Formats: sequence, structure tokens, C-alpha cells
Amino acid sequence: MFEKALKGNNYYWMWLAFLGFFIAVAAVCYLRQYFYGLGLTGMSRDVSWGLYISQFTFLVGVAAGGVMLVLPYYIHNFKAFGKITILGEFLAIASLLMCLMFIMADLGQPLRGLNVMLYPTPGSMLFWDMCVLWGYLILNALCGWVILTAERKQVHPPKWIYFFVYLSIPFAFSIHTVTAMLYCGLPGRHFWLSAIIAPRFLASAFAAGPALIVVMALILKKVANFDAGKEAINKMVTIIIYAALANMFFVGLEFFVGFYSNIPGHKHTLQYLFFGLEHHGHIYNNLVPFMWGFVVLFFVGIALISHPYTRKQSDLWLGLGCASIFIAFWLDKGIGFVLGGFVPTPIDEIVEYYPTFNELFITIGIWATGFFILTILYKIAIGVEHEIEA
Amino acid sequence: MDEKRRNFLKVAGISTLAGLGGTAVVGRLVAGSGIAHASGSAGHEVEAAKKSSGHGAAPDPSVNRYGMVIDIKKFQQDPSLGEKIVAACHSVHNVPQFPEKKDEIKWIWMTQFENAFPEKPNVYLDEATEEHQLPILCNHCDSPPCVRACPTKATFRNKDGIVMMDYHRCIGCRFCMAACPYGSRSFNWRDPAEFVKDANHIYPRRMRGVVEKCNFCDERVGAGKLPACVEACGESKALVFGNLNDPNSEIRKVLKENHTIQRNPSLGTLPSVFYIV
Repeated sequence: MFEKALKGNNYYWMWLAFLGFFIAVAAVCYLRQYFYGLGLTGMSRDVSWGLYISQFTFLVGVAAGGVMLVLPYYIHNFKAFGKITILGEFLAIASLLMCLMFIMADLGQPLRGLNVMLYPTPGSMLFWDMCVLWGYLILNALCGWVILTAERKQVHPPKWIYFFVYLSIPFAFSIHTVTAMLYCGLPGRHFWLSAIIAPRFLASAFAAGPALIVVMALILKKVANFDAGKEAINKMVTIIIYAALANMFFVGLEFFVGFYSNIPGHKHTLQYLFFGLEHHGHIYNNLVPFMWGFVVLFFVGIALISHPYTRKQSDLWLGLGCASIFIAFWLDKGIGFVLGGFVPTPIDEIVEYYPTFNELFITIGIWATGFFILTILYKIAIGVEHEIEA
Repeated sequence: MDEKRRNFLKVAGISTLAGLGGTAVVGRLVAGSGIAHASGSAGHEVEAAKKSSGHGAAPDPSVNRYGMVIDIKKFQQDPSLGEKIVAACHSVHNVPQFPEKKDEIKWIWMTQFENAFPEKPNVYLDEATEEHQLPILCNHCDSPPCVRACPTKATFRNKDGIVMMDYHRCIGCRFCMAACPYGSRSFNWRDPAEFVKDANHIYPRRMRGVVEKCNFCDERVGAGKLPACVEACGESKALVFGNLNDPNSEIRKVLKENHTIQRNPSLGTLPSVFYIV
């Protein structure tokens, strides 16, 4: 089926070349980092995880979000999702590959990465995260490919594949739960040490993932003559609205616990993220614009996708609404959550993190690689779709 | 017996069994990870005491458990002491000195009381504590969160209680740095070789991309010597190092005679470093 990715119009190739440019820049930047060390990033002993791990965390959510198509289709027999389930599965593959690239970019000794398998340590959440991420990646690749092949031959998929389809559903939940456990099981990091982290991660994932799929579906409708169908889009928007509201509810609960209990450790990071934190006469607030961007974009997005006029009137408003939700939750989880957790440090100092250009280019390059893979996978899926219709 | 009641009994019976089995499994997992628990059933406590040599449980005299007492008053009386112990440690272990703070690596360092004990804020701190600094280093916890977090067992708790690093196994994921509630760990953000002055060839230098921290001078203690920082204190007894499991050791005498505190003990990490305030 790969031959379908090799035929395309000029826009297709220009888009791939555009992504390829950023990939090439990132490759050079990564080589620089590889030979110098992670000192080329903005990280320090006080903020020891930066953009790489925060992007990883967010993208695990995007990957898990695909289950919001798989679950209604296979469990509730919601037929309208039949055509676009493959978009969710392929998005999961691309996201997981980005996750793995971000992890590799973050390792101080990337060549020793296999030590995680050579010396398996079940007590470490990172070990389990590796297991579920690889598991979910393999499941999605397997299910996506087998079902697409069957579709192409216009036969029913083999019975055995359904075992793996159903297995992929708990796996989707587990990847983001275990990723939350990387953070919420650490003593002494107050902001992360909260039982609501896993549910909050899932809620924002189930909004951000489907939001990206809606944006993709609307773009594909314009550029690839692929119509996901009104019913499918509507149902997805409903899912996005509820999941987004649940996420904001959980964020609100964090505020309540912190500010009503008035325990300084519970408040500090929230103060730092949203209002700026005063420490020895200096106010630290470099993440404040991002967090208010998150809040504003959430309200803009939710208004656009909830109001019947903008929701039904034009694809443009709907697409902008979904994009707003996606970016809002990226700011929340892909920027604020991970970086904020390091402020203040365990020894009550404040060190602010600023990524370097080298680090930024690697980050952009990994995103570009993900979209490159996604473009090719979607091209194949839609090629098959068109072949059946023809 | 009517149908409803039968079903209820069935379900109740099965869930009780599942519940019992579940607790047993969890109990085994917890015991297996070697973590001493202060609370829990009596049976668990006995098991934990056998497995762990920590002060959270009864000490086992047949196993060494190294610890340190830091007398903050001595550091206030002689402010030059701090510099001496830091220099001694960092030169013995080839700890690099980087020009940029971002790259900083430190094993032991002097800091304010409020930074060492942020969980004990005091607006009316006495002048001596306010003005002077005290040393902080790895606490060599009996239940170390860093060891729990490490995905490759590159950091591990030795049977003598010292939390060690295997620089050759560490993949540089820095999960241990996020897990350490005392900020004791540093990372080699770049090749440290050029930033080590007068390298000590007895102890290995690190490569870039791995985590490092205080090792309680494991290499010196193993050879029957005192840790470098303790030695640097001379006769002042500002630092006392010894076996916490030996009731006749000097450190146990000091602990018996003085009121000591540990850094954030409420986290259940059971630190092996004690402070006389």
C-alpha cells in the first residue's frame, strides 16, 4: 500500500518538502547536541526536564485521544465513525513516534537506551511507560494496517484482529495514566503530587486528540476530497466539549485545594504559572502569558464549537474552534504542567527555564517528523478510500 | 434460597476473595520493593524490620548502615569550615567547576537554613541561624525515591545504606533528579573533563550525560577511611560519620545526647543525615 504515498499533486510534495526542511535543520541541531551534550539546552540541575519531556507528555495524550473514535465505533457500534477510525489510529502512530523521538532527544546517553530493557526495573514508572507506549504503538500499527488492507480488498477484517482492537482500548487509557504516574508519584514536588493528574491528563487528551482529528478531517475535506461525514464530526465535537470541560473542572479543583487549604507548597506553582511568584523581592513570571493564553484560547475554542451558529455555519469556524482547544491544552500540558512543576525547587529556590534555539529547532523538527509520518499515513488511508469508491 | 439471595451471596463471596487476594498481592509487592513502612499491620512490620536496616524499623546490628550528624553550631562558630568541607569533597571526587551556573554540579554545598528546611519556615529565626550557612548533601535515604524512580537500577541502595550511582549504566533520563525531594542530584550537561582542576586519579571522572551526587565517600569508607568532608573538619566534630546500626558507635552516642532533626522527614524517605540545630 505504500505506493499510494508516492503519488501526489504538487501541494502534497511541497508540504512534504516544507516539513523536510525543518527535519533537516533539526537533524543538524541534534548532531550538535549529541556531540556537545544536553548543555546545549536551557535545562539545569534545577529545571532538569524541559521542552522535550513536556512535548512527550502532551503527545502521549494526543496518541491516547484516538481511542475516542475506536471506542464508540467498536464498543457502541457507532457506525458514523467507521470511515475515520483509521485517522485516529494513524494519528496515534505518528504521535507515539514523536514521543519516542522526544525521549531519545532527552536522554543524556541515548546509546544506552536499551538498558531499560536489559535491566528491567518494575518499580520504576518509566519502565512501565516504555512497555505501554511500545504496546500501544504496535497495537495501532497492527490494527490500522490489517483493517485497512481488508478494506482495500473489500472483505471483512479477520476475526482475530478484534482481540487486538479491544485490547488497544485499555492500552490507550494506560499510556496516559502511566505517563501521569511518572509525575504524581514523586514526593516533594507538590504541583505534581496530586491524584487528579491522571484523570486530568485523560480529560485533556480526549479533548486535544479528537480536536486535532477534526482539524485534520476538515483539511482533508478541502485538499484530498475526503469527507468524514457531518454526523461523525458532530459527535466528535460533542466529545471534545465534554472532555474539555472536564479538564477545566479538574484545573479548577487544583486551584480550590491550593488556595482554600492555603498550604504554601500547594499554591506556589499555581501562583508561578498564573500570576507570577514573588521570591526575595523578585517576581518570577515567565510562564504567565502561556497560561493565560491557555485560558483565553479555551474560552474562544469552547464558544466556537458550542455555539450552534459557528459550529454549523462553516467549517472554518469549527476548525478554528478545535484548533484553539488543541493549542490551549498544548499550552496547559505541553508547557505549563511539566515546566511549572520544577518551581520552586526542593530547596526553595526559583530558577526559570528558557529553551535555547538549538533545543527549539530540535523540538520543531520532531513535530515536523511526526506530521511528515502522519501525512504519509493519511495519504495511504485516503488513497485506499478513493480506490474503493472508484 | 431464592435466586436473588443466591446471586448476592455469590457476588459477595467472590468479591471478598478478590479483595483478600488483592491486598495480599499489593502487600507482597510493597514488601518486595524493600520499603520500610511505619504503618501497616503487625505482620508487615516484622517483615519490614527484617528486610530493612532503617531507623524506621528496628536496626539490624549485623549490617552496617552509614549515617552522618551535622552540628550546625560548629559551622556557625567557624564559618571557614564550610568552604573546607566543600573543597575537600569536590577535589577528591573530581567534581568539575563550570563557569556557567546552568551547568553546575555539586555534591555538598553550603546553604541557608530556610533552603535546607523549607518545611520549617520561621519568621522569627534566631540571628545565628539567619546569618550562617549549613551544609547539605545527599541524605542517603533508607527509602530513597530516586532509587524507586530509576528505570535501569543505575542508582541503587547499597546494603550498607549508601545510595550509589553506576555511571556506566545511567542513561541520563534524569528521572532521579525529579524524584529527589532534596535537590541533591546533578547532571553532566557537558563533558566535565576540562573543568576538573588537578584531577584525583584514584577516583574516576564522569562522562557527559550521566547523573552524579554525593556517595558518602563509599570508596574511602570501604578502605577504612572517613569521608573527605568529615576528615576536613579535623577535631571540630562538626561532622560525625558512623554506623547507625551499631548502638556503641560514636554517631549513636551523639544522636543519644543531642536533639537532632532531618530534612523533610514527613515524606517517609528516612534520611540518614541528621542535624543538631
